[in-house]
Amino acid sequence: MRLPTRVLMVDLTGRRFTVEDRSDLFQYYIGGSGVAINLLKENCPVGSDPLGPDNPIVFAVGPLVGLYPLASKTVSMFKSPLTGNLGESHAGGRSAVAIRCAGYGAIVIRGASESPVYLSIDDKGVQFRDASGIWGIASTVTTGRVIRELEVGAGTRTIMRIGGAGEHLVRYASVTTETYRHFGRLGLGAVFGSKKLKAVTVSGNHGIEVSDRKLYRETYDDIYKRAVSSPVMKKYHDIGTASNIMPLNLQKGLPMMNLKATTSTEAEHISGERLAENYLGRRVACAHCPVACIHIAALREPYEKEPYFYKTTMIPYDYELIYGLGSMVGIFDEKAMLHLIDAVEIWGLDAMSTGVVLAWATEAQEKGLITQNETLGLTLKFGDEPAYAKAVEYIVKQPNEFYAALAKGVDFASKRFGGEDYALAFGGNEMPGYHTGPVSHVGHLTGSRHSHLDAAGYSIDQAALKDKLPDPKNAAAKLLKEEAWRQVLSGLVVCFFARGIYDKDTVAKALTIAGHKMAPDALDGIGMEILREKNRFKEMEGFKAKELRIPGRVFETPSPLGKVDEKYLRESVEEFYRLLYA
Amino acid sequence: MMPRLTVVDADRCVGCQLCMFACNRRYGEGGLAKSAIRVRSVGGFERGFVVVACRACPDPPCMKVCPVDALEQRRGGGVVLKEGKCIGCRRCAEACPVHAVFWDDEVNKPDICVHCGYCVGYCPHEVLAMKEAEPV
Repeated sequence: MRLPTRVLMVDLTGRRFTVEDRSDLFQYYIGGSGVAINLLKENCPVGSDPLGPDNPIVFAVGPLVGLYPLASKTVSMFKSPLTGNLGESHAGGRSAVAIRCAGYGAIVIRGASESPVYLSIDDKGVQFRDASGIWGIASTVTTGRVIRELEVGAGTRTIMRIGGAGEHLVRYASVTTETYRHFGRLGLGAVFGSKKLKAVTVSGNHGIEVSDRKLYRETYDDIYKRAVSSPVMKKYHDIGTASNIMPLNLQKGLPMMNLKATTSTEAEHISGERLAENYLGRRVACAHCPVACIHIAALREPYEKEPYFYKTTMIPYDYELIYGLGSMVGIFDEKAMLHLIDAVEIWGLDAMSTGVVLAWATEAQEKGLITQNETLGLTLKFGDEPAYAKAVEYIVKQPNEFYAALAKGVDFASKRFGGEDYALAFGGNEMPGYHTGPVSHVGHLTGSRHSHLDAAGYSIDQAALKDKLPDPKNAAAKLLKEEAWRQVLSGLVVCFFARGIYDKDTVAKALTIAGHKMAPDALDGIGMEILREKNRFKEMEGFKAKELRIPGRVFETPSPLGKVDEKYLRESVEEFYRLLYA
Repeated sequence: MMPRLTVVDADRCVGCQLCMFACNRRYGEGGLAKSAIRVRSVGGFERGFVVVACRACPDPPCMKVCPVDALEQRRGGGVVLKEGKCIGCRRCAEACPVHAVFWDDEVNKPDICVHCGYCVGYCPHEVLAMKEAEPV
């Protein structure tokens, strides 16, 4: 076995599977995002209902998986039930290594099951297991525990599963893998739920041949040494992504209380440093990653009514979780924040979308657009964690029209109840935690996933604190270049944290050893082509850049670079799409 | 005495599995088919990790059950596999009380740790070391 070119095609309706060799796709598009977008186009008829049987789930990995460190991401693609458009979400854990070492480059799941099912996948194919006894387990943690006992392969497997949010089709439900990793954004969990698919397990421990054994070991050592000596990697190991809370707060770019503010003296309580000092209980890593950026708090608390009876809960925290379920909803008490994170994790919801939806609902109630009639008696106030935890439960269970609207995302809820000016979503996806200046928002608008990860516009803003802000056209060009290169990285499924290590020459060399001859200069063109393919899919599904809604709040609250100018954003967005197809 | 592979502190383990990949790379291959060490969670990532590795037994149970004498005593503990003799019956894997005999499905032979210490060089978090066995 060399390049991962085998694609496992699973039909949930007929409970059948086939394996196809798709060297044609892997040859040009490398793997990951590049292969996934093509498989999505082939298998998702235009205009499909995202929660209908026609919407496929695609998982794709790449040729460096299992060979080199920091190349262990799985790309999922589907039509998003949140945006009605391109759904793409990446997760690590052990998913990518398991898929490749089971002998596959990609998995496509089509159709829908009549009764609850979970899939057990290995090198021999697929077992369709009855999940009727597991359906209804609301907790992603418990679901994982049950399946762990039922299946073999401990140590070389992944267990991707949904909780209550996915079963109840919350449009931003996530899929959890290895307890702490997620296909978080854009609602893959709801797509699982719509297919009555509770979980997918994959296990495998095959070997992978290379073209030159000696050169393989040398190249490996070079990448490994750079990984363990890089200061960026040290930062993500020590404090984790949460180390960005204090700098963002100091720069006045950390969204707070539905972006009414961007800095607070209280932010220190939810900082990475504070959490590490008082709560950090464990760090864990994705497969084949020395960094171990995943930080987990150990929260020890007494049971109220029984003396000397304690429980310790292990709760993950990350920059985006602290933003979404901390600052954005005005929670600056670290215990309260950890409780809310825990609730959201257990139900299996996307943390950012949930935080933004709660923040909007809070402001809508403050302004009288909704009352306790809608909230079922809750008074949502910034900082009030118990009320939010109850609201999260209602979002999952959707006992009335209001919570059903919240479960469809902040765009939908604000169209129905008003308050669009402070409904913080871009392209239908709730805002990530960056109000660093205009370029971050241009990135949220133009990014193919409407995510901060698409092109990291915030870093251009942050550089402009010391230097000059590029003009709108230049900003667009920079974002496009970055997003195109990131398609190469997500084609290889290299973690974006390792983007400094996997430069063009390293990528070409590593690929050649993996059996995929590639000139360094060819990579840029491939990245751009993948990005165009993704945007073409969006346009076929009705996406129009000109109609992008920009919430007014973005222009009201000053960023570290001053007030954001709407003209700058519109001009930059227009230029981005002109350049994309130029 | 010869040093043997030792798990010095499993609580420092982050579950990155770099040791598993390193072991396989000794053969100049990627993936995990030939890896003779495993890292798995203690029933979920929230509870930490177990590093399953050969203890280099002075009186190895795996060797005692081999019907064709394919496993020979290694100086310093543990065993050496004579691959030509092995018939792939899996009795060694079943006999190991810590489940440290792994299986290469591609060739139907056991993956046996030779205590070379290659994995130690790739453990970024000081979980593994090469140490002399200490008398209990």
